[in-house]
Amino acid sequence: MDFRFTPEEEAFRQELRSWLRENVPPNWEGVFLEEEVEEWKQGLAFVRKLAEKGWVAPAWPKEYGGMEASPALQLAYNEEMGYQRAPIGSIVQSVGYIGPAILFFGTEEQKRQHLPPVTAGETVWCQGYSEPEAGSDLASLKTRAVKDGDDYVINGDKTWTSNAHRSDWCILLARTDPAAPKHKGISFFLVDMKSPGITVQPVMNMANVHSFNQVFFEDVRVPKSALLGQENQGWYIAAMTLDFERSSLVAMAVSMAKRALDDLVGYCRETRVKGKSLLASPLVRHKLAEMAIEIEVGKYMVYRVVSLQARMEPGSIEAAVCKLYNTELDVRVANTGLEILGLYGQLHKDSKWTQLMGRFQKSYMYAIAMVVGGGSSEIQRNIIAMRGLGLPRG
Amino acid sequence: MDLGLSEEQELLKGFVRDFLEKECPETRVREMEEDERGYKPEFWRMMAAQGWQGMIIPQQYGGTGMTFTDLIVLLEEFGRALVPGPFISTVVLGAIPILQAGTEEQKQAFLPKIAAGELIMTLALTEPSARWDADGVAMPARAEGDSFVLSGTKLFVPDAHVSDCMLVAARTKESANPEDGITLFLVDSKSAGIQFTALKTIAADKQCEVAFNEVRVPKANVLGEVDKGWPIIRGVKSKAAVAACAYMVGLAQMDFDITLEYAKQRIQFGRPIGSFQAIQHKFADMIIDVDGSRFITYKAAWALQENEPDAEMLVSMAKAWCNEAARRVVAHGQQIHGGIGFTKDYKIELYFRRQKWMELMWGDADYHRELVADKLAI
Repeated sequence: MDFRFTPEEEAFRQELRSWLRENVPPNWEGVFLEEEVEEWKQGLAFVRKLAEKGWVAPAWPKEYGGMEASPALQLAYNEEMGYQRAPIGSIVQSVGYIGPAILFFGTEEQKRQHLPPVTAGETVWCQGYSEPEAGSDLASLKTRAVKDGDDYVINGDKTWTSNAHRSDWCILLARTDPAAPKHKGISFFLVDMKSPGITVQPVMNMANVHSFNQVFFEDVRVPKSALLGQENQGWYIAAMTLDFERSSLVAMAVSMAKRALDDLVGYCRETRVKGKSLLASPLVRHKLAEMAIEIEVGKYMVYRVVSLQARMEPGSIEAAVCKLYNTELDVRVANTGLEILGLYGQLHKDSKWTQLMGRFQKSYMYAIAMVVGGGSSEIQRNIIAMRGLGLPRG
Repeated sequence: MDLGLSEEQELLKGFVRDFLEKECPETRVREMEEDERGYKPEFWRMMAAQGWQGMIIPQQYGGTGMTFTDLIVLLEEFGRALVPGPFISTVVLGAIPILQAGTEEQKQAFLPKIAAGELIMTLALTEPSARWDADGVAMPARAEGDSFVLSGTKLFVPDAHVSDCMLVAARTKESANPEDGITLFLVDSKSAGIQFTALKTIAADKQCEVAFNEVRVPKANVLGEVDKGWPIIRGVKSKAAVAACAYMVGLAQMDFDITLEYAKQRIQFGRPIGSFQAIQHKFADMIIDVDGSRFITYKAAWALQENEPDAEMLVSMAKAWCNEAARRVVAHGQQIHGGIGFTKDYKIELYFRRQKWMELMWGDADYHRELVADKLAI
């Protein structure tokens, strides 16, 4: 039981912190899914600067542009990136779990082809998992990949594909053996988004932003080398990579929540009601204290998952617990922010009256995407109960 | 950074669990609820033989010199087994302040006896005002010759009736700052003028009303300095709050384990109730609460041990969270057990009642949230 980071880890944290203070754009709004056109450009420029420092993917091997960082160093990195609201939406998926999946299951050639461009900040990836009829029941997906000589031919459509319209590559789950039980006939492909036969159609989200897309695959021909791992191993790869995704994203999310709390405390200190600071209001104090406590609890759930990783112990259920708690926490944090901001809470960032750059208004909407994406809260609870606790299937 | 237990702590945990499963079964816990003393001297001696009362006492005073986080590992197991008796009172409320503030003579006089299982202690802090802050200490102690004379009532004092010695907080000076003017006394529990009345509580633990009627205490029995007892009490309160958290972590974990087993066995509608999603999702929420409690407790304990600057804030965060999280867990435990949970025929009700006890001791959630808010507002 030791909560201390090593002097080297602390030194890196400090170095990264001062660098971020200088390099995160000053007017940065800071919800990390930077999806509007201008934000996206700023984000890409930021990632290139990050790449110059060699800081895009700390956990990856040095030969592919990583730092071979320990889990604790990576945690310190994620905490700083989150707290400073680093604009890394364009690499969150590729660094968080797509790259690790390629590292774990890929051939040497696939690694050399795909990983260095990510750490150089040159490629953007999207995820082709969900389909209109396969959401929480992902394994029932219908997109087909049929072997044809040395190639596979893909037909089907994918949805909720964030940033498909800006992506160079796509990870794709497609059915290769329709006769097998549904989890056992799926393969995992790395698909070039420039392949003929791919059409991307925008889906506007409720924040009025074009992030989602529906992606249609019509006789899309991909070479055999696009297959990651073995044929029909796709479900296993996807499940395993989701575990990678959960811990790193959540570490950033917790420290972003801490930043939101600190901002809110600052706002309350400055805001006077009936001649007194909002920090003197018992109801506001209660809300802020509860928020601080819940964030702190979430933080050590992340630390626990990282500790298991460092000990090379299994932590898949713990990661699910961590994802479930922290994404639901973010919903409460955003709600608390809006409650305290009162009428101002509803204002868009572009209003001259907006407070705290409209961040709470935006995260109030985006937080409810987080309790759905990456496996909804209900799916997490099912996984915990059945896979973690061995409760019988209903 | 590693939140797992050390090898030594894993060994300790395993050993304590095995020992308590054998020596402190449900029947013993129930027996002690009815017992006037609330503990069995043989069991107390067995624990001392394992070195548990002396765990955090340095070797020079007869202990084994282990750390506060080691004690937390032990207390988590105590919560799991619902160990009754004056262990926390003696070790956390007694030995810790003596270690922290005692003279060499006081340490020599008390610590070896505590480690040997020959001395039971407690802290008499709260009064009928039922407050945990310095304002709550109103009972006066007036100086008279080479003694102080104490008169008044202390309330909710754990295990006082079986104690050999009590640390008593009393007011020796009125002051604009309530934290100034409180003195801690080491009071022989058999002193003339002390009367104990056990309180009937939800957990059937042993808290007492302690009436002091002109109780004379030699000046040599002051712990620390006259008028300057509050910082010592503050330190004890933090450690006691984390001890209560650890007890609740173990308690909540065991409530969870028992309930999980029950949900796998209990058949309704022709299938185990644990196959229903409404029940499964409760379990997922219980895990969040148990795990969340465990790691914030570890953090608070570690921060106290390492004298981290934000230790007090972390203690309040941990206690506020564990209070409510453990309550949610035992409430789910009752609900999933259904009717049998509401009877004395089954052990789950013990966990429900004990949780409330530990929730209230050393500050409920509102009290600690207010302390967190104070620190956020600085």
